[in-house]
Amino acid sequence: MTSRALFTKEYKTINYVSGPLIFAENVKGVSFGETVKITLPTGEERTGQVLDISQELAVIQVFEGTSGIDNLDTRVRFTGEPPKVNVSFDMLGRVFDGVGNARDGGPNIISEESVDITGMPINPYARDKPTDFIQTGMSAIDGLNTLVRGQKLPIFSGSGLPANRLAAQIARQAKVLGAEESFAVVFAAMGITFKEASFFMNDFERTGALARVVFFMNLADDPTIERVATPRCALSVAEYLAYVHNLHVLVILTDMTNYCEALREISTAREEVPGRRGYPGYMYTDLASIYERAGRIKGKKGSITQIPILTMPDDDITHPVPDLTGYITEGQIVLNRDLYRRGVDPPIDALPCLSRLMNLGIGPDKTREDHRNVADQLYASYAYGRDLRRLVAIVGEEALTELDKKYLEFADEFEGRFISQGDEDRDIETSLGISWDLLSMLPEEELKRIRLDYIQKYHPIHKER
Amino acid sequence: MIPGGFGTGKTVSEQTLAKWADTQIVVYIGCGERGNEMTDVLTEFPTLADPRTKQPLIHRTILIANTSNMPVAAREASIYTGITMAEYYRDMGYDVALMADSTSRWGEALREVSGRLEEMPGEEGYPAYLATRLAAFYERAGRVVCLGSNERIGSITIVGAVSPPGGDFSEPITQNTLRVAGTFWALDTSLAYRRHFPAVNWIKSYSLYLDSIKDWFKDNVSHDWRELRDKTMFLLQKEVELQEIVQLVGPDALPEGEKAILEMTRIIREDFLQQSAFDENDSFCPLEKQYWMLKVILTFNDAVTRAVGKGGSLKQMLNLPVKAEIARMKEQDDVEAIKNLIGEIDRSFESLEAEV
Repeated sequence: MTSRALFTKEYKTINYVSGPLIFAENVKGVSFGETVKITLPTGEERTGQVLDISQELAVIQVFEGTSGIDNLDTRVRFTGEPPKVNVSFDMLGRVFDGVGNARDGGPNIISEESVDITGMPINPYARDKPTDFIQTGMSAIDGLNTLVRGQKLPIFSGSGLPANRLAAQIARQAKVLGAEESFAVVFAAMGITFKEASFFMNDFERTGALARVVFFMNLADDPTIERVATPRCALSVAEYLAYVHNLHVLVILTDMTNYCEALREISTAREEVPGRRGYPGYMYTDLASIYERAGRIKGKKGSITQIPILTMPDDDITHPVPDLTGYITEGQIVLNRDLYRRGVDPPIDALPCLSRLMNLGIGPDKTREDHRNVADQLYASYAYGRDLRRLVAIVGEEALTELDKKYLEFADEFEGRFISQGDEDRDIETSLGISWDLLSMLPEEELKRIRLDYIQKYHPIHKER
Repeated sequence: MIPGGFGTGKTVSEQTLAKWADTQIVVYIGCGERGNEMTDVLTEFPTLADPRTKQPLIHRTILIANTSNMPVAAREASIYTGITMAEYYRDMGYDVALMADSTSRWGEALREVSGRLEEMPGEEGYPAYLATRLAAFYERAGRVVCLGSNERIGSITIVGAVSPPGGDFSEPITQNTLRVAGTFWALDTSLAYRRHFPAVNWIKSYSLYLDSIKDWFKDNVSHDWRELRDKTMFLLQKEVELQEIVQLVGPDALPEGEKAILEMTRIIREDFLQQSAFDENDSFCPLEKQYWMLKVILTFNDAVTRAVGKGGSLKQMLNLPVKAEIARMKEQDDVEAIKNLIGEIDRSFESLEAEV
């Protein structure tokens, strides 16, 4: 136990308020990152965090917003503790605000433990290698960009694209083959509308998963700064459920773009040197401190798999938010507006998608031996077909060779039959079966990415014989 | 240096190099990268055997792990820690390969610390001394005669990955690294999208050491290595020009000879340049095999060019069974079988001519 003073000091020395920050003068014995309680003249209490300390000043960010804070009667009390969130197994099925207070009208939880929301970096040596194949029932994911337990796989969406439907479908269908294990979903909403939030709630309710879900809600009209704490609170709860209660936790974070905007707001208020598009230079590190909390730990049964959702402003994948996310996460699922307009559902654009951990989760005993080869072949052929589409737009279809026409047809069928699936829940065998059907549209010698013995074994023509 | 946007295969390239590098010591710096990737190396390397000593690969590897959520100051230090360790082994007379994945994270750590120190920012918020620091790091590579008794020659080779934001190579770290690095392997997003790995763009990339290793190749591989290489580059460059025309008028408008070039470069791209890091035979392609693969492809090319010149049908040539065998060369681990293909090419073209 650390020793703590028996008395508390309160300061009434606020001299400056700027956006989400307040500046308190002449404070003594303050530590970096500690939690601050702010009492307004009206008696309302708010929570903040120390961001910066100097001889004279302490800079405090206020989670619930700064309106109403004055420089006369507002009192500031330093608690000496880092921001914590109360955690408990009973949080399943409950709804909380962005910092962990009950929001569903029920009582606050009785905590089993109180944990630091910033978490600790996991030593790579203590990590366990993610190897369990998660069957999401989506061909574009299972077949081409396999998700494994402990992975962080974001969905890059654009405004108006059905990323939420996709995430809900994954949460609904995801299972590890041959294992009946207890799972939980931790859902962190950051700056999304009530409509989007209720979509998720209804979907979980409809499928009966609601009792296994912990909701953290920071909606669009809630204070921006609370958003910075929301994913961290959610992940602390997820870690507790995974590593103490041995659950396999799926964390859905939506929408990370809103989170980054909150980060930018604080950075600007602190008058920091801005990086690209005004986002702070440390955004990579900050995002990493969220995403890197996915994984498995040696000797623990539970795991944390993350599916963050983010909106690419103007569908630009080079925007700092998707760009930095892509550098940290283990792949990405990218949605495409053209496909959406053409009625492909889900509109997953296979080409820029990637799952870095795919090889750990596929192969004999996990999915099927030909999986890697088939995925590579689909990619290569589809990419070629897409190139041809551009060519056709210029020179017309007549100018193409017979082979190229087949590729063109392949690309259309690939989108129509493989990617597009609606609400269907396909198992991996079905997905691979469709793949082979599609590949058989092409001449056999074009299948250079597939080993000869696999062609002999799985190609529909050879199978019939 | 290896620059590339996310998903272009920087880490896989670095890890593959760490596996197969012909050195006694490998220092792998995970600088601000993913924890799971580090774990992957940690669990995989003890199970792999060093191709020369047959010892577990981990015995010759030092891993420095600063994952992206670890403190920034440690990230700045991790690069120096790694290179200092490498120098220690170099001074013992070993050849050391140092993989830095990724130097961009290191540069960003410099930027962050510099920002906190309230220094005047240079380009894109990076400190003005970024170029100096980068140069000072890369110049620690090299081959040295060590001081002291019993004569030793040691070396350090640095392979630095660079992660340019948005895949834009004009940003400060890529540009400053270009000035000091001797080899540039540009990873290309569009190649990665079609799963052409390693996604090294053959047109943009270069090596300044081509001339200095020319003699080595002559002595150790073959006297005509350089010619083959130049000829391949010529064909690939020609392909880029032809592709531009195809974009405008379609492939049918090209004369037969140029169509042949497009088909040949397709073979070079798909059957030679493309390699799978996850396939047993294909992950490591010995120089001898590389040489013969290229030789076979270019022999095929010559035969096709000759036959097309005589008015032969390109379509017929492309349907030759030997073409499919060329495509399967990668899976072959027997170099003799690849050598035999040259004879087979000659035979099949002779019979083709006889038919006509």
